[in-house]
Amino acid sequence: MTTQNTEQANGLSFGSIIRRPETGSLIGFLVVYIFFAALGGAVFLGAPGWSSWLNIAAEVGIIALPVGLLMISGEFDMSVGSVVPASSMMAAILCGHYELPALVGILGGLSVGLLVGLVNGLIVTRTTIPSLIATIGTMFAVMGLTLGLAVLIKGSTSVSYIPDATTKQLLGSFVGGMFNVSIFWWIGFVVVYFFFLHLSPFGNWVFALGGDRESAKNAGIPTDKVTMGLFMASGFGAAFVGIAQVMTYQAAQVAGGQSFIFNSIMCVVIGGVLLTGGAGSVIGILLGTMTFAVVNQGIFFASLDPNVGSIIIGVLLLVAVLSNDTFRALAMNYATKKK
Amino acid sequence: MSDTPVIELCNVDKSFGPIDVLHEISLKVKAGEVLCLLGDNGAGKSTLIKTLAGVHAPTRGEVLVDGKSVKLSGPKDAQKRGIATVHQFGGTYPLMSVGRNFFMGEEPTKGFGPFKVFDRKKANRVAVEEVQKMGITRITDGDRLVGGLSGGERQSLAIARAVYFGARVLILDEPTAALGVKQAAHVLRIVNEAKKRGLAVIFITHQVMHAMTVGDHFAVLIRGAIAADFRKGERSREEITDLMAGGQNMAGLEASIEGYMETHNGHPPKVTTA
Repeated sequence: MTTQNTEQANGLSFGSIIRRPETGSLIGFLVVYIFFAALGGAVFLGAPGWSSWLNIAAEVGIIALPVGLLMISGEFDMSVGSVVPASSMMAAILCGHYELPALVGILGGLSVGLLVGLVNGLIVTRTTIPSLIATIGTMFAVMGLTLGLAVLIKGSTSVSYIPDATTKQLLGSFVGGMFNVSIFWWIGFVVVYFFFLHLSPFGNWVFALGGDRESAKNAGIPTDKVTMGLFMASGFGAAFVGIAQVMTYQAAQVAGGQSFIFNSIMCVVIGGVLLTGGAGSVIGILLGTMTFAVVNQGIFFASLDPNVGSIIIGVLLLVAVLSNDTFRALAMNYATKKK
Repeated sequence: MSDTPVIELCNVDKSFGPIDVLHEISLKVKAGEVLCLLGDNGAGKSTLIKTLAGVHAPTRGEVLVDGKSVKLSGPKDAQKRGIATVHQFGGTYPLMSVGRNFFMGEEPTKGFGPFKVFDRKKANRVAVEEVQKMGITRITDGDRLVGGLSGGERQSLAIARAVYFGARVLILDEPTAALGVKQAAHVLRIVNEAKKRGLAVIFITHQVMHAMTVGDHFAVLIRGAIAADFRKGERSREEITDLMAGGQNMAGLEASIEGYMETHNGHPPKVTTA
């Protein structure tokens, strides 16, 4: 569905499709899906199967999108892993403990994400600390703060909160009893990020940052502002997932969320984003996330040992990086013939 | 065209804290003229370029554009005044298309309000046209990735870009340093083309041969100061090389190395630091 749009926008010639960076991710997704469809049977192909992997995909996908954009711009964000529990804890404490309206909790949670993003952005742009290290630092700091404050205020590492009906409906309900409402938020985010990266003129700047930061600066692009904006976007994405978790599970835990660090990066890399920056696409990230989620959930439907799933993900990651390089080389060496 | 220099530096000093990098630099370039800035590594060329391009503000002294003293607030401001810098590696992004590279930072858009969209067709068309006008006929597809172009083509793309965006002063930072003989000739031809169009070109290099091919006016930079300033034909290649090496007699040094090698089975002498 989603690939159709890009193909139409760029002409439908076979050559141009094969050179598109998403092609590898699409093939990967199809292979993985067919594999698990064959093993998982009708249940996996039906609504229960789709809802199961889409629910996983939506959660990690909302974070993977901005993390992918950051990677395209040449930066990593490890702090998402602690922003998820921090924002859900903030929302649960504001609403569950202090009994403030849900909107206050949501805004409070989101501002945790934006603030951590701002701090990350400031550290990365004002100092020479690489973003990988800087965000690991903020990750541990935020983790400690979350635990400390939760114990201080509530005296416990878990805070419960029963959201009102509207909030529950918007952020934590299951459509048709199966499909988490986050899936629709995720689709919304995909549309927004697709527009930003591929259609709006600002997308160019993100690629330029990852391609050659110094040149981008010389071309008059406000590089520091773009970097800070992207870090804030990833903080926002992580915080959004944290809040959606509170609304869904009606409780916030101090721990949990660490899995998002590697999972989001894996989705992004399987989706064809170059680790060193400068190349990637939103459609690719979308496909990478879907592939990841299919493997993650398909294992249960295929009644395989869950450890096999980890092996598949690991192999996928390696294959993705290899094939990305191949596709990139193809695109680079391609020269148009005289018309 | 008037005789007023398009860009002029007047007794410019630049220091970073206690370190003086540039010392009383004065130079001027008129329209349709190529000024070659020669200097060895560490002579202050990069700082001088950055001062001209608005990245650094001079500590003392003045920058004059069209005879008027200006304060460049940043690279964007310098660009608005028509001062464009092309860096050693072309300032291009290998994994982006020719069209997107060409319009980096100045993206053409279509549509309204917040739904402004990057106009890919226009970007590609204009980019290919402009590059072809500069004599690079091999680039015909604006969607091609720049990483697939040769070093000379990348330089040419960057120069064509600067010319298109109304550059009147073109600062070329070692455009031929990383290129082969043929590619370098390519770039030199484009420098000539830019000069013919009435641009003032500042060509930074440490390759004397390249400088002598296109230059009208030469300045040699040593330890942040201008050591020599002369016009085309006033100095020989050997003299310029000697000047760049800080007044040492390079020709004499070369001769002594050759003499040593002859008596030592072709081995160069061991380097001892003074």
